[in-house]
Amino acid sequence: MTITPVTIAFAVLAIFTLGGGLGVVSSRNMVHAALYLVLALFGVAGLYVLLEAPFLAAIQVLVYMGAIAVLITITIMVTRRIMGITESVNRQWPLAAGIAALVAVTLGFVVLGLFNGLLPVADVPPDNIEQLGAAFVSHQAYLLPFEVASVLLLAAMIGAIVVARD
Amino acid sequence: MKEWTFIAILLIVSAMLPTVPIMGGRLLGPRKPNEQKSSTYECGVETVGDTWVQFKVQYYIFALVFLVFDIELVFLYPWAVAYNRLPLFGVIAGVVFIITLAEALIYAWRKGALEWL
Repeated sequence: MTITPVTIAFAVLAIFTLGGGLGVVSSRNMVHAALYLVLALFGVAGLYVLLEAPFLAAIQVLVYMGAIAVLITITIMVTRRIMGITESVNRQWPLAAGIAALVAVTLGFVVLGLFNGLLPVADVPPDNIEQLGAAFVSHQAYLLPFEVASVLLLAAMIGAIVVARD
Repeated sequence: MKEWTFIAILLIVSAMLPTVPIMGGRLLGPRKPNEQKSSTYECGVETVGDTWVQFKVQYYIFALVFLVFDIELVFLYPWAVAYNRLPLFGVIAGVVFIITLAEALIYAWRKGALEWL
């Protein structure tokens, strides 16, 4: 295997992702765990860039690093006494470790199986985001789901305000 | 891939900007702590009570409102990128999307969800 800039970038991003994930499960402070989660999500965003999926990378940064991280942090902030928790494990940790190991083994087999019959994929068109945007508002493509999504978001927001204010 | 190289350089430089002064100060500066120096600095006012407290639940409403508009951004981003090649119909379809979500903002505003209690 030759070392190219892409391999180096992959190694750095993999260290960020795995190190962040390790920090999430090992840190004794919930707020620190949330910040490590942001680091892990950032690593995944970089991996999307390496896979030539810039739109997914943008969504990863906007939604996961932006919205989900803010939501998790604020959930920790408004929860009573959760800020004082200093233990990183509870009684259920053997069960969680077992399930995590099972998932890792299953995913490992799937990935190794894929490498045997890996096919080169078609090149991603450079204007793929532009094509997606045009498809969103074209009546031959995704116009209806696009407009329904706005109504769904409207309902979600009104529901959230009604529930949170009671 | 070439344009991403600049983003990688930007990331490295922006990571170095805070770490180099902090580490430089830690390595080069003399350290003579006393009680006054190592007390918590909070805008010059003495800190009252614990800083790790439960925050008001109202922050949560702001987080939820932010979440909805963040998801709106995911849909509008490709639409804005494609703006130059869209027919008038496509532009209007995007504006309808924005107006529908502006209703959500008006609702939150009129219900006083944005007021600080």
